Amino acid sequence: MTRLPGGLIDRDRTVTFRFDGRRYLGHPGDTLASALLANNVRLVGRSFKYHRPRGVFSAGSEEPNAMVELRSGARQEPNTRATTIELFEGLTAKSQNRWPALGFDVLGVNDLFSPFFAAGFYYKTFMWPKAFWEKLYEPAIRKAAGLGSLSMEPDPDAYDKGFLHCDLLVIGGGAAGLAAALTAARTGARVILADEDFRLGGRLLAETHTLDDAPATRWLSEVEGELESLPNLRILRRTTVFGAFDHGIYGAVERVADHLPQPDTVRQTLWRITAKRAILATGATERHIPFANNDRPGIMLGGALRAYANRWAVSPAHRVAIFTSTDDGYRTARDLAAKGVQIAGVIDPRPEPRSTGDFPIFPGAVVTNTIGRLGLRHVEIRQGDQTHWLECGALGVSGGWNPNVHLMSHHRGRPVWSDAHLAFLPGAGGPAGLIPAGAANGKGTVHGALQSGAAAAEQAMADLGRDAGLPDLPQADDSPATQTALWHVPGTARAWVDFQNDVTVKDIKLAHQENMTPVEHLKRWTTLGMATDQGKTANVTALAVMSELTGKPIPETGTTIFRPPYTPVSLSVLGGGNTGPEFRPRRLTPTHTWAEARGAVFVEVGQWMRAQYFPQPGETHWRETVDREVLATRAGVGLCDVTTLGKIDVQGADAAEFINRIYCNGFKTLKTGMVRYGLMLREDGMAFDDGTCARMADDQFVVTTTTAQAGAVYRHMEFARQCLWPELDVQLISTTDAWAQLSIAGPKARMLLERVIDAHDTSNEAFPFMSCAPVTVCGGLRARLFRISFSGELAYELAVPARYGAALMARLVDLGKDLGATPYGTEALGVLRIEKGHAAGNELNGQTTAQMLGMGRMVSAKKDSIGAVMSRRAGLVADTRVLVGLQAVDPETPVVAGAHLFETDAAQTTQSDLGWITSACHSPHLGCAIGLGYLTGGADRMGTEIIAANPLEGQSTRVRVVSPHFIDPEGGRLRD
Amino acid sequence: MRIECPICGSRDRREFYYQGAAVAVARPAPDAGAEAWDDYVHLRDNPAGWHDELWHHEAGCGAWVVVTRNLTTHEIRDVQLAQSVKEASA
Repeated sequence: MTRLPGGLIDRDRTVTFRFDGRRYLGHPGDTLASALLANNVRLVGRSFKYHRPRGVFSAGSEEPNAMVELRSGARQEPNTRATTIELFEGLTAKSQNRWPALGFDVLGVNDLFSPFFAAGFYYKTFMWPKAFWEKLYEPAIRKAAGLGSLSMEPDPDAYDKGFLHCDLLVIGGGAAGLAAALTAARTGARVILADEDFRLGGRLLAETHTLDDAPATRWLSEVEGELESLPNLRILRRTTVFGAFDHGIYGAVERVADHLPQPDTVRQTLWRITAKRAILATGATERHIPFANNDRPGIMLGGALRAYANRWAVSPAHRVAIFTSTDDGYRTARDLAAKGVQIAGVIDPRPEPRSTGDFPIFPGAVVTNTIGRLGLRHVEIRQGDQTHWLECGALGVSGGWNPNVHLMSHHRGRPVWSDAHLAFLPGAGGPAGLIPAGAANGKGTVHGALQSGAAAAEQAMADLGRDAGLPDLPQADDSPATQTALWHVPGTARAWVDFQNDVTVKDIKLAHQENMTPVEHLKRWTTLGMATDQGKTANVTALAVMSELTGKPIPETGTTIFRPPYTPVSLSVLGGGNTGPEFRPRRLTPTHTWAEARGAVFVEVGQWMRAQYFPQPGETHWRETVDREVLATRAGVGLCDVTTLGKIDVQGADAAEFINRIYCNGFKTLKTGMVRYGLMLREDGMAFDDGTCARMADDQFVVTTTTAQAGAVYRHMEFARQCLWPELDVQLISTTDAWAQLSIAGPKARMLLERVIDAHDTSNEAFPFMSCAPVTVCGGLRARLFRISFSGELAYELAVPARYGAALMARLVDLGKDLGATPYGTEALGVLRIEKGHAAGNELNGQTTAQMLGMGRMVSAKKDSIGAVMSRRAGLVADTRVLVGLQAVDPETPVVAGAHLFETDAAQTTQSDLGWITSACHSPHLGCAIGLGYLTGGADRMGTEIIAANPLEGQSTRVRVVSPHFIDPEGGRLRD
Repeated sequence: MRIECPICGSRDRREFYYQGAAVAVARPAPDAGAEAWDDYVHLRDNPAGWHDELWHHEAGCGAWVVVTRNLTTHEIRDVQLAQSVKEASA
């Protein structure tokens, strides 16, 4: 390990890590990139398309080259930037996109074939023959070009999401951000300071600037101490604010445990931060200058070279050269020389040297070529008409700084070109309340950053009615770096603009020749800026090169805007832990645990988990179980938890009038203590939902809905109450979760009911079909009793407070042993209702009318109700499709829901389609397959045979058209 | 997005259910004629600008509100209780 003096690393401790299987040592405070450089590893990856050897290029999140597969096993993470990975004990990483080894990569031959991989080559080359794309071209390209690989195992770590609210969000913890946070936090405002680095300070950590004549770290630790002590300020380190969303909402990812060998709690947290104001103090990213073969390992940004020397005490080589079109390059040379690094020379295209130093300066010179395939060895310099080679192991390239305006353009705000800065600055149209400051706003000196950060916070506080006042800020450097525009060094060899996607100046020229000059076309034709780094080090340079080619100034050539996320965000953290059973909320019925103990098989019904059937020992097939449950119910008594059906309590002096307007059928005559079936229409006249409505009192109704539509019906009724008829005295509340409701169905239902009910006359005379009453059960427990039937049998639904649901079910099963009381699930529930011809969700799919359900005459013409007017449209009235029963002619043949209906001798086309089957099952009662369906002219086809066609599986089944009421069509059983 | 519920204050838009244009409150009389009903049920404007729309504060107080929102910028200018809007128009 070779280290320079100084740096912000903990030299007292060492950290062991592995890269491509080899063991290395680093220090706490290192990134993987700085530790690799300290171990003289310059070659870290291969490029995307040409498999060119690549090294570390930057010292931050803009890194295009040094991407590795981090960790192993299920935690393997592809495309992580070595420049942002905090070194931890036992870290393992692998280079990507190379085979068999990083130093010798077979697909390096792609580099020789580079003329074939020029701009737009995907579009041009793989067009023909068409069939080859899927089978040959795409798999081959995917194998050859690409980044890291996935583990293909489930992510073992936990992720979380959280919500934060503040007065001011400060994005970036450099000079500007710290000054802003300090200014705002001292007013007592709630402030959040977020920075992507693991240490606050931003560029101050990478520079040798002094603040009040002391090292910047002294001021940093003072400020950090104060900020840590303030209860109204929260510091989020290792947190990237990746996007600006509407109304002051920012998305941020905190890498809670990425710097630990293994997460102890969550690995990352997704924060949704709601901020009244925000300050964009995201600094700037240095740009490079394309020249021939500028992608060798060892060539990096000048500012990065300086950051590695100052913060991490490493240099990629003992002898380095600087290529700079700005004064910034001289700072790099001075800082490195001060640390004992030999400076081979500062190459400056400007005719006059901008500074002196104890190193050679080549004014009026540019770099025209390089040598050193696996690591830089020489650079070629052209000075006037002379060229010569200069020996160096690293080259720092400085072409000026681009403000990190990204978040300002997340609402399509367009950056504005500044000739004075030779850069795009934040323009108008940014997210409301987001104020740019510091280098992100072109205020790149330390003094400028501190002042503009504090001023931005003062402005933000003033907007919120707080008087901040500027804090005392330390004396700092305020000499701006002068620069000249040098966008690339012309030449015939390839000069890279976008390293990650392997886009060169030549590709831009080709795009220009092919008329792909608008920036949007340039991007897509060349894939420029479309890699995981979003072209942070490439976009502006490419735009400038295009401007040169078109002869138009940069502002007229276009601008480059950015979309979220600022840096890649893992899908795991976006999911925020909502995976597997936590994917969405699960609602459990009151009898869930009881059903589980009885070995029930469950089915998801929306958010609900419902018992589907209750297998018994010896039953080998679900049908066997369901048939038993159905027959037991029809012969004795069955029990089913129907809590999931929606229940809406409607109360008020005008409750009856309200109910009458909500349902299409008449409700005015419904007496207290009675229940009526009700059908709701949508305003367009189509059926919306159905259920029962019980009048519990003169001014109280209980509406039931289908399970699926419980939420939608409640919303709809609230809409009607608030938006249509606010003058009605009526109140609504959903009580679905408050009451457990059990269905007791079958000829022995009354006998069983009488065993739990307290002193209530349940005789047919006293409590006939469609009665309801408040009762008590089991010695005083309040309950509601409804005599309604979905199964067609004598049936009751008994509701008790939800917490008693399981106990009531257990007691009913226990007390009903001698009656054959049998719990049944949703599967048997379905069979029972199909046999009875009752409509359910399948029949109410939003495309059906009351008339199709056979309830056309129910729609009252005497009153105005929702959907009544539109249900009388001529087209709907003329529809002859109606719900019918269908019975397989051959009892062995199944009937399939979704099958379409045709005349027996008709061609099966859309034109001859007569309708479809909505629900189907095996009827144990009839011993054959049956179904319900909508059939054109159904009323006139009773008794005829038609075809149920299922062309997907080549089935054509003969079915007989029958009444949908397969059992007890007169309804004697349920009235018994 | 944030919506200023007149009852609950500023809330995340995910507490709300979006319905559509606020013309839904202006329900025609039963005898208003086919054209009026067709317009009410089916025809909606899609302005590149200000739009009155109905949101339901479903995960909050349950109020239906009329939000005046700019469809190009998502800026919200006004939020009223739908009930008040209906009563004012009556």
